[in-house]
Amino acid sequence: MTTPVAHSATNPRRPSGRARTFWTRLKTGDEVAFLITLACAASVLLVTGLLVFELYQNSALPRHKFGWSFLTTDVWDPVAEEFGALPFIYGTLVTSALALVIGIPLGVGAAIFLAELAPARISAGLTFLIELLAAVPSVIYGLLGIFILVPALRSAEPTLRAVLGWMPIFQGPFYGVSLLSAGVVLSVMILPFIISISREVILAVPNDQREAALALGATRWETTWDIVLPYAKNGITGSIFLALARALGETMAVTMVIGNDPKIVGSLFAPGYTIAAVIANEFTEATGDMYSGALIELGLVLFGLTIIINAVARILVSGGRLKGAP
Amino acid sequence: MTAAAPLRSANTTRRKVVNVVMLTLTGLCTLVAAGTLVFILGYLFIHGGSSLTLDFFTKLPTPVGEAGGGMANAILGSAKLLLIAMLVGVPLGFMGGVYLSEFGGSAFSFFVRYTTDLLNGVPSIVIGIFAYTVIVLPQKHFSTLAGGLALGVMMIPIAIRSSEEFLRAVPISLREGSMALGASKARSILTVVIPAAKHGILTGIMLNLARVAGETAPLLFTSFGNRYWSPGWDQPTAALPVMIFNYAISPYEDWHRQAWSAGFVLLALVLTVNIVARIIISKRTSPR
Amino acid sequence: MPVKLDAKPAEPAMMQDLRLHERETEAATPATRTAKLSAEDLNFFYGSFQALHGISMQVYEQHVTAFIGPSGCGKSTFLRTLNRMNETVRGSRVEGRVMLDGENILEAEVSDVRRRVGMVFQRSNPFPKSIFDNVAYGPKINGTVKGKSALRDKVEQSLRRAALWDEVKDKLHESAYGLSGGQQQRLCIARALAVDPEVLLLDEPCSALDPIATAKIEDLIFQLKDSCTIVIVTHNMQQAARVADYTGFFLLGKLIEFDLTSQIFKNPSKRQTEDYVTGRFG
Repeated sequence: MTTPVAHSATNPRRPSGRARTFWTRLKTGDEVAFLITLACAASVLLVTGLLVFELYQNSALPRHKFGWSFLTTDVWDPVAEEFGALPFIYGTLVTSALALVIGIPLGVGAAIFLAELAPARISAGLTFLIELLAAVPSVIYGLLGIFILVPALRSAEPTLRAVLGWMPIFQGPFYGVSLLSAGVVLSVMILPFIISISREVILAVPNDQREAALALGATRWETTWDIVLPYAKNGITGSIFLALARALGETMAVTMVIGNDPKIVGSLFAPGYTIAAVIANEFTEATGDMYSGALIELGLVLFGLTIIINAVARILVSGGRLKGAP
Repeated sequence: MTAAAPLRSANTTRRKVVNVVMLTLTGLCTLVAAGTLVFILGYLFIHGGSSLTLDFFTKLPTPVGEAGGGMANAILGSAKLLLIAMLVGVPLGFMGGVYLSEFGGSAFSFFVRYTTDLLNGVPSIVIGIFAYTVIVLPQKHFSTLAGGLALGVMMIPIAIRSSEEFLRAVPISLREGSMALGASKARSILTVVIPAAKHGILTGIMLNLARVAGETAPLLFTSFGNRYWSPGWDQPTAALPVMIFNYAISPYEDWHRQAWSAGFVLLALVLTVNIVARIIISKRTSPR
Repeated sequence: MPVKLDAKPAEPAMMQDLRLHERETEAATPATRTAKLSAEDLNFFYGSFQALHGISMQVYEQHVTAFIGPSGCGKSTFLRTLNRMNETVRGSRVEGRVMLDGENILEAEVSDVRRRVGMVFQRSNPFPKSIFDNVAYGPKINGTVKGKSALRDKVEQSLRRAALWDEVKDKLHESAYGLSGGQQQRLCIARALAVDPEVLLLDEPCSALDPIATAKIEDLIFQLKDSCTIVIVTHNMQQAARVADYTGFFLLGKLIEFDLTSQIFKNPSKRQTEDYVTGRFG
C-alpha cells in the first residue's frame, strides 16, 4: 500500500484514514461494541421472525384442512375434529367493543378533567394513581372479577333487566359469568391507557386555541368539546386503538369471568369465549395435532389482529402528538 | 353601522348549565378511575392481607381438598422464572438499546424499532405458544426453562425501548467531551454514557421484571405448574400468578382464601416496585 | 397650535400623522365623547405578585385607544382584564371595577362579556377548520345568528369588515391554515367581528406581520372604529401615533399618563412619558 499514513489528531501514535485496518479498529473496541450490540438488536428480528414461522408452521394441519373457512365456521368440536374460529372471534370482538363503549366516555372524560380542570399537581398525582392500574396483573383483575364483579352483577340483575331489558342484547338467562362481565372487567383494564395518552395529547393542544374560543364567549366545556378535543382527536383515537389492542389479547381476567362457552348468542348476558381464553383453557388438554394445531391457528389469528390494530394506533398517536391539527 | 347584538344572549343560561354539568361529569369519571385503583388496593389489602400467614411463605401446597399449606414452591418458582427471564431479556434488550441509541440512524434501526414495537404488542398467550413450540415440543415436557424463555422474550422489546430512551437522554456534550479526550466510542459508551443513564436503565429493568412477574398466560403451557418443589430448570414449576388462577377457579373455599393472600402478595410486590421506580425516575428528571 | 419640541425631533412622517389626528380629534371634544369601557381603581394580582396598580381610565366609544409602554409594563395584562381573559390564569385575582356601559363586567356573565368585548391576539390562532367555519363559530355557539342563509350572510359581512372577503370568497371551505400570516390575522379579526362585539381588543396584532400586512390592518382599524370601539396594545410607538385617538402610557403596572395621542407624543405632562416617547428608554 502506497497510501501515506495520516495520523489522527487526538493520538499521533494511532494511524487514521485508510491505514486504519479492521484489526486496528477492533483493538479500540469500537468494532466489537458495534457488532455485539448489532447482534442483540438483530435478535429482535430473529425472535419475531421465528415466532411468526412457528405459528404458521404448527398450524399447517388445520390451515390445510379448513382454509379460510376456519374464520367463518362457528363449530368447535374437538371430538369430531371440526374447528371454527367464529365463536371466539365473536366473543373477542364483542367483549372488546363493550370495553370500549364503557371505557371511552369514562377515559376521555377523566382525561379532560385531568388536563383541563385539575390543578397541575393534583392532575399529576391522580394520573400517577390511574397509571398504576396498568401495572395490576391480569390475574388480579380476574380474582376481583370472579369474587366481586360477577356476584355484584348477579344481584343487580333485576335492575339491569328493568332498565336495559328492552334491548335484545340484555335478554336471556343470566348466570353472572358472561360477555357482560368480561366487557366490564376489560373496560377497567384499558382505562389507564386511554386516560394517560389522551391526557397527554389534550395537554399538548396549544393554549392559543383555547384563548381564541374563550374570547369569542365560549364556555369552558364548549371550548373543550368544539375546539380542544377535535384538535387532539388523532391522539385520542390512537389511544383507543391501543386500548383495543390490549383488550383483544387479554387472557386471564377474561377467562375467569366469561363463562367459557363457545356459542354465539346475541345477548351480553350469555356466556361466551374469546380467542385468548380458549387457548389458555384448552391448550394443555388438546389431544391430537389437529386440535393443538387449531389452537395455534387461533393464536395466529389473534397475532394478526393485534398487529393491525397496534399499527393503526401507532400511526394515530405519533401523528397526534407531533402535528395535532389536521 | 351593524345592528347591535342582544345585550344578553338568549341561550346563556342553558350553556351555563351544560357547562357545569359536563365538567362535573368529567370529575366523576376521574373519581371512578382513581377510585377503582383505591378499591382494588383496599380490598386486596383487607381481604388478602388479613388472611396472610407465615405458612404462606414457607409451606408447600397441601393435597387437594385439605386445608392449610402455603405457596412456598410458587414463590421460589416465580423467582427462578424471573431469573431466566432476566438473563435472556436484559442483555439482549439492553445491548439492543445501546445499538439503537449509539449506532442507530440507519434503515436497519428503523426496522428494528418497528419490529420491537410489533413484538411488544403481541399478546402474552401467543408468546407462550411460541415458547411451547420452540422448547416444550422438542423436549416433550414442561420446564422452568420454557417458562423463563417466554417471559424473557416478553422482556426484550421493553428493555430495548427503555434502554434506548434513557441512553438517548444523556446529553451529546458528555459523549463528545469523552471522545475529545481521546476515548474511543466504545469506551465512551461504557464509561460515560451508560453510567450517566444507569438510574433510568435500572428502574427500567425493575419495571420490566414487575410486569412479567404478574404474567400468567404464557406460563400455562410452558412451566405449567407443580404441587412440589421443582429442582433444576428442566421440570415444570409452580408460579405465583398461575397458583392464583388455579386456586381462584377451584371449588374449594380454603383455596380461595389462599388465592386472595397470594394476590395480595403479588400486587404488593408489583406495585411497590412500580412506585419506587417511578419515584426514582421522577426525582432524576425533575429540575432541582 | 405651536408644536413644543424640547427633545429629539420626531420624523416628518410622524409629524404629518399627528397633525392629521389633531384635526380629527378636535371634533371629539369631551362633550361629544362617551365612555364605553372604564376601569375604576383596578388592581390585578398573579398570586402574591401585584401586576397592576390602581388603574383608572376610560375607553371612549367610536375611538381608537392605544396602550404603549416597555415590555412587562402591564399593558397586555390590563387589556386582558377588559374581557376577563386574565381569569384563565390560575391563582389570579382582580380588585376594583371594570364598567361596560355602566355595568360591572366582573359581576356579569363571563361569556356575555366576551361576546360584547372581542379580542384578537398577538399571533393569529385560527381553528383547524375551514375559513367559513372559523368565522361562523362565534355566532353559532352564541346563538346570535339563526338559520343557514343568515349565517352565510354574517360570515360574508364579517369577512368584508375585515377586508378579507375578496381574497377568500372563492375558497371559504378550504382550511384556514392555507392563508398567509397577514390573512390569518384578518381572519381572526373577522372571526371576532362575527359576534358583533361593541369593543374590539387588539393585543399587539401586527407584531408577527410584515409592514404590508401591518398597513392593511391599520387601515382596517380606521374603517372599523365607527362601528366598534377599538383598544390596541402596541410596542410600536409609531403605530400608536398612526392609528390611535387616545393613548395610555404604562410603566411597571401603573398607568402613568392617559390623554389624546397628540398630547402624549408632543406634550406629555409626565417626565417618564416624555422619556419613553422620545426614546430615552424602551
